Amino acid sequence: MVLIRHMLVTALLLGVFAVLGTGMVALTHHNTEERIEQNERDYLQRTLNTLIPPSEYDNVLYEDTITVESRELLGSKKPVVIYRARKNGKPVAAILTPVAPDGYSGNIKLLVAIRHNGEIMGVRVVSHLETPGLGDGIDIAKSDWIKSFNGHSLDNPDELGWRVEKDGGIFDQFTGATISPRAVVKAVYNSLKYYQQHRDEIFGLPEQPQKEPSHGAA
Amino acid sequence: MAQHDYSEITRQGLWKNNPALVQILGLCPLLAVTSTVVNGLALGLATLLTLILSNVTVSLIRHYVSPEIRIPVFVLVIASIVTVIELAMHAYFHELYLILGIFIPLIVTNCSIIARAEAYASKNPVGPAFVDGLMMGIGFAAVLIVLGGMREVLGQGTLFANAHLLLGEMARGFEVIVIEDYRGFLLAILPPGAFIGLGLLIALKNVIDSRQEKRLQTAPAVSTEATAGTA
Repeated sequence: MVLIRHMLVTALLLGVFAVLGTGMVALTHHNTEERIEQNERDYLQRTLNTLIPPSEYDNVLYEDTITVESRELLGSKKPVVIYRARKNGKPVAAILTPVAPDGYSGNIKLLVAIRHNGEIMGVRVVSHLETPGLGDGIDIAKSDWIKSFNGHSLDNPDELGWRVEKDGGIFDQFTGATISPRAVVKAVYNSLKYYQQHRDEIFGLPEQPQKEPSHGAA
Repeated sequence: MAQHDYSEITRQGLWKNNPALVQILGLCPLLAVTSTVVNGLALGLATLLTLILSNVTVSLIRHYVSPEIRIPVFVLVIASIVTVIELAMHAYFHELYLILGIFIPLIVTNCSIIARAEAYASKNPVGPAFVDGLMMGIGFAAVLIVLGGMREVLGQGTLFANAHLLLGEMARGFEVIVIEDYRGFLLAILPPGAFIGLGLLIALKNVIDSRQEKRLQTAPAVSTEATAGTA
């Protein structure tokens, strides 16, 4: 009898602590939720704004999105988000979020901003696992290499030019690291191809707001 | 032993029983995060806060928790505290959270926290438990910061890079370029650099300890310094 009582009291105590602990977490979650969401939106907005200057569009970029699927050209079998920038209702540019699946280690997630006429406005690496000091030059925090895409389009240079220099193209590779830049160049080129094939569709589809910003965390 | 000798607790936490150098606990975040001073400092502060809060909480509830369930209760307490810290960090230090993100939840698995709860806080009143958490936390954070500094200088030739992520905009100018036009030393940034760096720190501590011991033995006057080969 005593033993059972002891067990019950102990179990109850453990339960009380579980409730208290969870309660504390729930309370904090409730109080920080809004701020965290706001942070993520701001962060996304800032990243997107480095690609398309805020003066060039007047819609809410992170809400005007669609998701598309193209494993072949966008590198992911999961749906990929496209942000659409418009001014006075007219399409200005789209930001694709392709994945370069053939990096040196793991996927390289990209943002590729393409002006309505097919010209690249900017490219950024959102997350990657490339070797620090070698392949990580693709990251804007380490080098300006990623800016070398600006102004290029599908036929500028031609198909043979859309490679790293080592493979006969026009884009630099880094000393000791060809694989990472090669993967990025290929992914950017494929994004342009996708854009060319689907441009009207990209701007024509109705808005599909994202529940969570898929490119939030780095 | 005086009932609660605070200076002894301090010595234990900072040096004699340092969680990182002597107990060798909590290595996973320690090795993963210490690529810069700021990263080390941030994780160090988060761990320090966790240690203090968990020690105080465990000490407060020590009379109510029966021995059978103490470990699950300690784990619950620690996990709740860490989750709250993680959420707060996500809300107030978002950019830093993006860098340290996955290592904050890992503080839960830092054995030094549950070790302090079990070995000290559950047997002592709140005051000493608080000081113990504080000192152990500072001892741990100090190693994170020193290791971060070593790796940052060697690896990328700077110090205090990204300080603004932790300390606000005014800290943007804190970055010191120690070596101009430094090409970087890859090994220091990669995980092996963390192991080697920590090994060197432990060796250094042992050298200092053994010298001190010798000095005590051979009386104050004569000091034949041992040429101890580090590394």
